[in-house]
Amino acid sequence: MGFEVILAYVMLAALILYALTGGADYGGGMWDLLAFGPRARRQREVIAEAIGPIWEANHVWLILVIVLIFTAFPPAFGLIMTALHIPMSLILVGIVLRGASFVFRKYDTQRDTVHRRWSRVFGIASFLTPFFLGLCLGAIASGEIRVADGVVMSGFFAGWTSPFAIACGLFTQGLFAFLAATYLTVDAKDLPEIQEDFRLRALLSGVSLAPAAALVFVLSHSGAPVIFSGLVEWWAILLQGATSVCAVGALASLWMRHFRWARVAAAGQVTLILLGWGLAQYPYLVVPDLTFAGAATDASTLRLLVWTLAIGAIVLFPSFGYLFHIFKRSEAKLEQGE
Amino acid sequence: MSDFMFARSQMAMSLAFHIIFAVVGIGMPLLMAMSEGLYLRTKKAIYLDLSKRWAKGTAILFAVGAVSGTVLSFELGLLWPGFMEYAGGIIGMPFSLEGFAFFTEAIFLGIYLYGWDRIPPLAHWLSGIMVAISGMLSGVFVVTANAWMNAPTGFDIVDGKVVNIDPIAAMLNPAALQQVVHMTLAAYVATGFAVAGIHAFFLLRDRTSTFHRRAMGVALALALVSIPLQIVSGDLIAKMVAERQPAKFAAMEGHYRTERGAPIIIGGIPDDEAMETKYAIKIPYGLSFLAHGDPNAEVTGLEDIPRDEWPNTKVVHWAFDIMVGTGFLMLFIALWAAWRWWRLKRLPDDIWLLRALVFAGPLGFIAIEAGWFVTEVGRQPWIIYQVMRTEEAVTPMPGLVVPFTTFTLLYLSLSVILVFLLKRQFVETDPVDEPAEVADGV
Repeated sequence: MGFEVILAYVMLAALILYALTGGADYGGGMWDLLAFGPRARRQREVIAEAIGPIWEANHVWLILVIVLIFTAFPPAFGLIMTALHIPMSLILVGIVLRGASFVFRKYDTQRDTVHRRWSRVFGIASFLTPFFLGLCLGAIASGEIRVADGVVMSGFFAGWTSPFAIACGLFTQGLFAFLAATYLTVDAKDLPEIQEDFRLRALLSGVSLAPAAALVFVLSHSGAPVIFSGLVEWWAILLQGATSVCAVGALASLWMRHFRWARVAAAGQVTLILLGWGLAQYPYLVVPDLTFAGAATDASTLRLLVWTLAIGAIVLFPSFGYLFHIFKRSEAKLEQGE
Repeated sequence: MSDFMFARSQMAMSLAFHIIFAVVGIGMPLLMAMSEGLYLRTKKAIYLDLSKRWAKGTAILFAVGAVSGTVLSFELGLLWPGFMEYAGGIIGMPFSLEGFAFFTEAIFLGIYLYGWDRIPPLAHWLSGIMVAISGMLSGVFVVTANAWMNAPTGFDIVDGKVVNIDPIAAMLNPAALQQVVHMTLAAYVATGFAVAGIHAFFLLRDRTSTFHRRAMGVALALALVSIPLQIVSGDLIAKMVAERQPAKFAAMEGHYRTERGAPIIIGGIPDDEAMETKYAIKIPYGLSFLAHGDPNAEVTGLEDIPRDEWPNTKVVHWAFDIMVGTGFLMLFIALWAAWRWWRLKRLPDDIWLLRALVFAGPLGFIAIEAGWFVTEVGRQPWIIYQVMRTEEAVTPMPGLVVPFTTFTLLYLSLSVILVFLLKRQFVETDPVDEPAEVADGV
């Protein structure tokens, strides 16, 4: 296996980890915006407690994906950022507003009007950013971004304005919302009413994922033919079977209030979806004109990068383990002091 | 303005905004760790309170730094795809390492900010040390990538294509050491003076406040140690630039004519047509001596550089003078404070010294912004020195006025809100005070 293949897998792994951690943080923001009723403020507190200590670290997975693209596959980075300049800029605006409003809300006065104003910015940014992330991934998979001689030939609107890409954006939102609500049932385990609130939200968003997934699949037939032909291969059918098992398992666990199992199953579901998509798209980095092998830089850089990642992982994973050990071990103790 | 100029302006604006938070992310963890270390040693609650209050301000600024840093990593491709296609494989390595350093910083900062009551005091302090170290390393790695743009090494060009990439050699380029030292010290200088200035301001209002006295002491200690080192490091980096980038050096100094026994030119108005810097103060032989250690050495002037390879002389010269001027102002104020501290055998609180420290508060940040103008504008018209011109690297995207305006407005509003929030954080909440121990030293 060439180093570029290893790096392609690492990028996919980083993207999956970003979805599982950072994605759920966006989902938390969506439920923050949708919080209503007498327990709205309490729901928001549980969400803020859950993502407060970890969202910045989770966010670095996205930066890692970006850095890996431009280090290992430099032409792809330039071309993607050119063809998708507009939605990528919108992602950035979303990232800035989401992060800033979250921390501003925590440290600004806790008066209701001020708190609500920051919540609104935080919630809207959390809603929009995953949409544009999904949109960009859909565009890269669509096959509509065309490249010749290292130049984007398809202009600045190709791919991301298609129904398929928009469906990908909506599906990403739904996926993150479902993931977050499922996680939050565990985070809120000492607050039965809040836990029930999130259980209901997880069930609703989880059920609505099925038609959304079907829509993406159907639209991919004409909107992303390469992905579609990948998704109907035998291994992909198996993978989708496993995804469905996870999806049903997550919903059943939620229904029966086995929240820890639901969390595992939901994470498994998201992992398998992204894995299936990644495998269906391989060997293309940007469908159909740019492959991982074609965009890879010098072998010397790739080799060093693989080693760096291996050594970095030795530092990184124990650190993450410690972080989650401290804050997710005794979930939802909700003592006030930081 | 052309799309090219909007691209440059957006990049400059994004960098100028982010650098403030990046610097805080390097400097503040060290101050917090120093203060918490003092708490662990002396068991004085005031140091713990100080760490906690600094941590709150840092949390806000760190979050903005994390997101504005993300913006920059995207903008490398959004604005300069030609550069990244060419250089990504060569300088991606320090960015990858920076990714890990930043991961570590974010993880341990999360633990530090939210873990006060959840982990033992020593583990908490060590988390703070981890934040300080990884924060510093993040900066180090990114600066090596910037240094490579000034001193590109570690690759060959065959038929216009980049081959034989050696990422380690690219990282350890000839400008890296000087730039890394200069920027790391700059972060400590700027944070030290800014924090000392804030607490000096509160001391002027209430000179009996032990809290602000101790806070100023910790910050001032960092400032006093780092500013003299920074002046030395400035001399080293200037010698490197004189040797490697004569056009940048000549523009910094407003130096047009190649000559022996060249004077240092301070201030004035560089006039590219008349080829001289008018109305300037001149120190004879100074430039030859500074650049080459010999008052009669020859210093290359802009006249020996092709006209289309000149940077903007006014911007570079004035930015350089602002950087050096603020640097020396800080040095003098630091010497004054150190002398008073030594004489009094306790933290000095003379009114005029406190006022000077308040005045010096923003100087470190002004010097950093000016310094980045020197190195970035001074490298123009190159994005990779003598390898690729900036205009070759710019995106084909039209209408760049839109993202430029969007991000400028976004950052402006964030800045206004931040100032308001930080002010609130420090002014409206009263620190616990221990009036009994006003007299003893820090």
